[in-house]
Amino acid sequence: MKIAVCIKPVPDPNHYNKITVNPETKLLERKGIPMVINPVDKNAIEAALQLKEQAGGKVVLVSMAPPDAREKLTEGLAMGADEAFLLSDRAFAGSDTLATARVLAAGLKKIGGFDLILAGAESADSGTSHIPSQLGELMGLPHLNHLIELNLEAASLKMKTKIEYGYAEYEGNLPMVLGVAKEINKPRYTTLMGVVAARNKPFTIWGLDELELDPASTGLAGSPTQPGELHLPRHGRKAELLEGEPGDIAGKIVAILRAAGVLV
Amino acid sequence: MLRHSENQVLLRKVVRDFVEQEIAPMAHKIDEEDTCPVELFQKTAQLGFNGVFVPAEYGGAGLGYTEMAIVLEEIGRHSAGLAVGLVAHYMGVYAIMTWGSDEQKQKYLPLLCSGSFGGLSITEPGGGSDFAGQKTIGQPVGGEWILNGRKCFITNSHCMGVNVLTARTGEDDKGRPQISAFIIEGDTPGHKPGRKEKKAGLRGSYTGEIILDNVRLPQENLLGKPGDGAKIGLGTLGEMGRGGTAAAALGIVRGCLEESVKYAKERIIYGKPLAKLTNIQFLIAQNRTDYEAARLLTYNAAGMKDAGKPCASELSIAKYFVVETAVKAAKRTMDLMGGYGVISDYPVNRYLRDAVAAIPACGTSHIMQVIIAGGELRK
Repeated sequence: MKIAVCIKPVPDPNHYNKITVNPETKLLERKGIPMVINPVDKNAIEAALQLKEQAGGKVVLVSMAPPDAREKLTEGLAMGADEAFLLSDRAFAGSDTLATARVLAAGLKKIGGFDLILAGAESADSGTSHIPSQLGELMGLPHLNHLIELNLEAASLKMKTKIEYGYAEYEGNLPMVLGVAKEINKPRYTTLMGVVAARNKPFTIWGLDELELDPASTGLAGSPTQPGELHLPRHGRKAELLEGEPGDIAGKIVAILRAAGVLV
Repeated sequence: MLRHSENQVLLRKVVRDFVEQEIAPMAHKIDEEDTCPVELFQKTAQLGFNGVFVPAEYGGAGLGYTEMAIVLEEIGRHSAGLAVGLVAHYMGVYAIMTWGSDEQKQKYLPLLCSGSFGGLSITEPGGGSDFAGQKTIGQPVGGEWILNGRKCFITNSHCMGVNVLTARTGEDDKGRPQISAFIIEGDTPGHKPGRKEKKAGLRGSYTGEIILDNVRLPQENLLGKPGDGAKIGLGTLGEMGRGGTAAAALGIVRGCLEESVKYAKERIIYGKPLAKLTNIQFLIAQNRTDYEAARLLTYNAAGMKDAGKPCASELSIAKYFVVETAVKAAKRTMDLMGGYGVISDYPVNRYLRDAVAAIPACGTSHIMQVIIAGGELRK
């Protein structure tokens, strides 16, 4: 069974309080914030490794990211994946989810032969949940998102997805594109032996030319959605020191609350 | 410039992920209950921690002493007691790996890499530094060895799977005590734990007595040759134990730095974070500087060991400096925290107890000074 797992490097959610918005460019300033594998993507890797342990085969990681994402892919290889592809080109910068899905789909098609394509249900930084469905559509494969259970029985998959009030059950035949939720499993710890082995596993970097993509279909140029202005919410606090007798102060407090619309 | 490789950086990350999820949450509890979570040792074995520097052919991760130091620093950051239990284990592993026959390596190293606790038993009630004065006796009788005696202050005493132990086996040509080393499986009849010590710090690993009551061992359990006990025992303490203890204590120093920064940012005093006060910044600067110096000494010594260079002095310097620095950093951090530094809701008082308890481990600071001075005076 050949399984692809699409992963995305994201800023470490433990450092989100350090992210700022550049007032000039309106872009996120991530300087000094470590990047990690999108947390739920690790659940996708775990799901793939479990299927491989059950049915044999190969787990291939695919990521569209800048060149420094190599370390994140190596981390996935250390976890147990067999091969990694980094799709990286300046032309991909600024891609929205559709342009990203085009690049990923091109990479997946070029590698070829996948029985199953997995991804995290959503990314910790943008959280759109678009990619699994967009990939499925672009590749002409059935797709489901927010999986909380996945069982392989012969050539078919039995699945449960998270819905607003409970879960929905599905059964489907491979190949498919699936987005997994964090409830599906607990990602394994990486072994030191895995770290040692990771550097010797095949690693390929492909850019725009290798993927034979039209530059107009990727990056900012190929993105139908583009962010407008970004603002940080204000959390300022106002303090006022009231003096006088307790009764007078109580009256002043009520007046302030009424003026602020808290008391009617 | 001391810089770790990309693999070592990744290794630190995966060790830290495990430590933060599995060890940090239990560190306070195992200290309070003065117990060793032996089941955790099975998990660390599966991840390759227990045999980090053991060649892959014997079930290890096939890495080196720098990687061992990274593992110990990361564990020591949250539980120096557990880290020191691993140091004692590594000493048993190191002795067999370095001086064992092929048969001994094949038999014991896979066991030690897969979850069996190792240890090194040298110290006796009469003293640890008086190596030649040990009274445990090993007598050759009918092709076997019979061991009798008592060892004390032995880490992993109450969970020992494979013990490397020294005993007096006669006298040499000059009439000096001949000390030999043996490998003893924990469940060998007559080999049993005695009193378990109640320690001020480094709780999380067992430390206590090993009783030897007519322990019968076949010849193949002799490690090295008769009379190799000093070379094996002192070599293991010097080349493995001290570097390991330094790395575990380095975790304490880092803990002090991180806790002091966290507290200084969160604690509001006179309407401002404590961190705004210059005198508090002096303490944090000292913690940071101490950590940097301790880190450089620890990894420099480990790197020398990896490179196969003589490093007995550098390992003793690292052990001496890092442990004493950990004591100072923990005291300083408690000063910074005022009353909160004393109460058990905060880990810093544990760091101080752990740092103080690390002083006698693998040789006191005074013994380290004697070794360091000896190295200089012999030049």
